[in-house]
Amino acid sequence: MNKVKKNVAEALEGIGDNMTLMLGGFGLCGIPENAIKQLVLLGVRNLTCISNNAGVDDYGLGLLLQNRQIKKMISSYVGENDEFERQMLSGELEVDLIPQGSLAERCRAGGAGIPAFYTPAGYGTEIAEGKETKVFDGKPHILETCLTADYSIVKAWKADTEGNLVYKATAMNFNPVMAMAGKITIAEVEEIVPAGALDPSFIHTPGIFVQRVFQGAVFEKRIEQRTTRNREENGIR
Amino acid sequence: MALDKIGIAKRIAQELQSGWYVNLGIGIPTLVANYVPHGLDVEFQSENGILGMGPFPFDGEEDADLINAGKQTITAKPGAAFFDSATSFAMIRGKHVQLTVLGAMEVSQSGDIANWKIPGKMVKGMGGAMDLVASAENIIVAMMHSNKAGESKLLKTCTLPLTGVGCVKKIVTELAVLKIEEGKFWLMERAPGVSVEEIKQKTEGELVVPDFVPEMVF
Repeated sequence: MNKVKKNVAEALEGIGDNMTLMLGGFGLCGIPENAIKQLVLLGVRNLTCISNNAGVDDYGLGLLLQNRQIKKMISSYVGENDEFERQMLSGELEVDLIPQGSLAERCRAGGAGIPAFYTPAGYGTEIAEGKETKVFDGKPHILETCLTADYSIVKAWKADTEGNLVYKATAMNFNPVMAMAGKITIAEVEEIVPAGALDPSFIHTPGIFVQRVFQGAVFEKRIEQRTTRNREENGIR
Repeated sequence: MALDKIGIAKRIAQELQSGWYVNLGIGIPTLVANYVPHGLDVEFQSENGILGMGPFPFDGEEDADLINAGKQTITAKPGAAFFDSATSFAMIRGKHVQLTVLGAMEVSQSGDIANWKIPGKMVKGMGGAMDLVASAENIIVAMMHSNKAGESKLLKTCTLPLTGVGCVKKIVTELAVLKIEEGKFWLMERAPGVSVEEIKQKTEGELVVPDFVPEMVF
C-alpha cells in the first residue's frame, strides 16, 4: 500500500477546526516541524493538541500558540514559552498537565485498544483528584484513561513507501506511541525509500499504524540547550 | 564548610553501585554523572529515551536528535540504546532502574516530596517526576537545606502541592546526609566542619541525632 503524499499540503488534507491532534517530540527534538508550519498556514483553530511540550515562542508548537490556534494543550511540561504562560494565566488556553509516563502510556493504550489502566504515578497528589483508586500488592494506584486523536502527526527519520518508520536516536520519544493512537497518522520524514530498502527486522513503527507519509522540505532541527565539551580542555585534539 | 553543588553531587556519586541503571534529574542530579568512582559500572537512563548516556559532545559535534531529558545535547556511549517514551517509563515503573536522583522544593519527614508547582506562580508541569517518585524503590533527593528565603526545606509536612507521597528515603544537602525512617529524619553524616547544631537549627521536621555523627569523607 503506497502511503506517500507528494508534499505537506497533501499530507495534511482534512485537518480542520476543533480537532484533536497528537504531535510527537520531546522539547524541540523529533517534532514534525514542517507539518506545524503548514498548520499555521492552514489557520485551523480551536485545536486540542496532545504533545509532551509546547515548543518555544517562535518554533514548534509555539507558532500555533502565537497564532491563537490552540484551545487546549495536554502536556507534561510546558516551560520555556512566554506566550504559553501569558495565554494560560489569562485563561485563553486550557491546560491539562499529565505525568510524562502516564501521557506516553495513555497514547500507547489508545492505539492498543486498552481503554484505561492503573498506575502509581500521581497517587496522593492533585493529579489523582476525582480518579478511581485501587490497591494492588498493598500499593495504591489511580485509573488513567487512554488518549486518541483525530490526527497524529509524527516525525521519523526514514520511511519506506509502505509507511514503515525508523526514528533516529532520542528523536524517537513520543512518536511511536502517538503513531499508534491517531485515527489518521501522518509521518513527516527526512527520507523516503522504496519498499524493501529498510530491513524488516529494524522497523520501529510498522506501516499499519501510518496512513500518510511525506518528506519534509526543510529541517531546521533547532537545539534547545546546546551543551558541549571543549576538546583542548579534555586533552583531545 | 557547607558543600557546594559539586560537593553534593560527589557525595551522591558515592552511593552508586556497579550494575545499577540510574536516572538523574535536572540540576544538581545531572552533575552526579561527572563523579562516578573509577571502575564502577553504571549506566545512566534519561527518560526521553536513552540508556547509556555519555558526556556532552565536543564543540561542533552536537546532534539535535540526541538530547537528555533536560533538553541538553549529549552523546551515546558504546552499547547505548534508544527507545520510545512508553518503553522508557516501563523501565521506571517496572523497577528496572535501581536509583533515581532528583531535586526538590520540599521534603517531609514521612518522605513526601514537592517539586513541581508553586500555587499562584507559573506552572510548568511535572514532566516525569511523578512517575519516577511513585515507582522508584531507591530515591535520593539532592537539594539545598533551605530555600532562598532561608526557610527549611526539610519539613514536618510539605506546604506545596505534592509530587509523591512516602517515597523519599535519603536526602543529601550542602550540610548533611539524612535518611527517612519511621516518619522522622535521621542525621547520618554532616558536611566537613558543619556542626550538628547548625543542621538541627535548619531542619524544621523531627530530626533524630545519634551520639556520634561522622563527617562526610571525600
